[in-house]
Amino acid sequence: MNLNGIRAIYLFEMNRTRRTLMQSVISPVLSTSLYFIVFGTAIGSRMGEIDGISYGAFIIPGLLMLSLLSESISNASFGIFFPKFSGTIYEVLSAPVSPFEIVAGYVGAAATKSLIIGALILLTARVFVDYSIAHPVWMLAFLLLTALTFSLFGFIIGVWANDFQQLQVIPLMVITPLTFLGGAFYSINMLPEPWHTLTLFNPVVYLINGFRWAFYGVADVHMGLSLGMTLLFLLICLTAVWWIFRTGYRIKP
Amino acid sequence: MQPIIQIQGVGKTYASGFTALKSVHLDIQRGEIFALLGPNGAGKTTLISIICGLVNASSGRVLADGVDIVDDYRQARRLIGLVPQELTTDAFESVWDTVSFSRGLFGKPADPAYIEKILRQLSLWDKRHSKMLALSGGMKRRVMIAKALSHEPRILFLDEPTAGVDVELRRDMWEMVRGLRDNGVTVILTTHYIEEAEEMADRIGVISRGELILVEEKDTLMQQLGQKQLHLILQTPLATLPEALGQYNLSLSEDGGRLTYTFDAHQETSGIAELLRVLSTEGIDLKDLQSQQSSLEEIFVSLVHQPEQNQ
Repeated sequence: MNLNGIRAIYLFEMNRTRRTLMQSVISPVLSTSLYFIVFGTAIGSRMGEIDGISYGAFIIPGLLMLSLLSESISNASFGIFFPKFSGTIYEVLSAPVSPFEIVAGYVGAAATKSLIIGALILLTARVFVDYSIAHPVWMLAFLLLTALTFSLFGFIIGVWANDFQQLQVIPLMVITPLTFLGGAFYSINMLPEPWHTLTLFNPVVYLINGFRWAFYGVADVHMGLSLGMTLLFLLICLTAVWWIFRTGYRIKP
Repeated sequence: MQPIIQIQGVGKTYASGFTALKSVHLDIQRGEIFALLGPNGAGKTTLISIICGLVNASSGRVLADGVDIVDDYRQARRLIGLVPQELTTDAFESVWDTVSFSRGLFGKPADPAYIEKILRQLSLWDKRHSKMLALSGGMKRRVMIAKALSHEPRILFLDEPTAGVDVELRRDMWEMVRGLRDNGVTVILTTHYIEEAEEMADRIGVISRGELILVEEKDTLMQQLGQKQLHLILQTPLATLPEALGQYNLSLSEDGGRLTYTFDAHQETSGIAELLRVLSTEGIDLKDLQSQQSSLEEIFVSLVHQPEQNQ
């Protein structure tokens, strides 16, 4: 195992975050805080409880998930796309590092950044909204699993993307709508048919509800199903990454 | 002694159907400077990219110090350093950070003293805190070399190392490469500057259209394939070439004042003595004589154009 190699990639990526602190950390925390102020404090105070939870507290898991998904994807996709775009990927490909070590470095750093942002958002939310965490260990487990899975997904997007537009397409056109429509701001039980059944095909529903269960002990779908879906998505991403390195898809002709 | 690089029937056909390499066989000896010459698109960079792990070969295999570069890629890649043709660096990284990153990536523990040594050797020490974007093209090229040397490789690939580099820096680099060779590093460089190969290489390989058409010691190549020319400056200009001289490979200058005799340097008899006798018989007096060996560039051009002429 080339631990020095993993460390080099990981620290390189973390240094990039340090250099771009405003854009990488402060900006997502600030924009999520605006949701807490507007929907949690201002509008939320005039809205009724959902499943016995105040509206401000209800939206925390969904908003946290929205940030976690988008940050994990953008960090990991940019991390591998930029060396590919600038040509510096030659060094990683010619180094004695295995595909696992490359992924561990890039995805590990992207997941770490997402977790830092997640932690900062949770702390910031406390300023505006009163909330409690019913199952802190499960909350951490979901946080870690989601950050890891979607950093892997971001890595795949970064390898697939040929330009900056493609890099943005999946997060903006797919992930954000799915999160908004996946029950981040409402319980999917509030939806009439056929929208309720249709929403169950949205994978983000399971991520948000698993997270919400960890916070408040209540959710629209069973926690076991949420965990199963998250693990399934992780497995799909791992298989895709394995295939990328086996075939050299878009990184090694 | 076992060659440090053994290229055995390596071929490459890209997904587009373009064949960049056709079954190349080549051994690189330990401690030599090997120059791979060829026109643009000949397959030089593809060959280097396969050896360094950037491109998958379609056929054949490569051994680095007896180790298969695919099956035992970790062991093989630790031996190899690569300076690519393009100046590809992270613009916002400092010189120190980017060189240290390369060392770590290749599995070596941090060694600030070693990094300092190579930065000083490459006249980069004063620039160690500078960001890459603030450096000139020549300085960036030096950083690329420092990165390639950061993990103490035994084999160094330099892909067009002096492309776009001024004469002074080019000569500095040649000195540095010779220094590396003296320390036991095997250097393989691709270039289309014939002067570079002529100046530095121990052996030369010529690649054209994906085929290695010649591998030879530089001196032998110059000696064996070099055409020589003898310029005969005449006392009295000639209007035409006398009939008696028709059997010789002679050309007369426009002003009639110079005869040029071209002959193969490797032939046992050059025919010069006989030619001089005939000139004397014909009453042609000479004012001066000059001989000239053809340059590697002329040899190279004649080699890469041979297949075209045969087609």
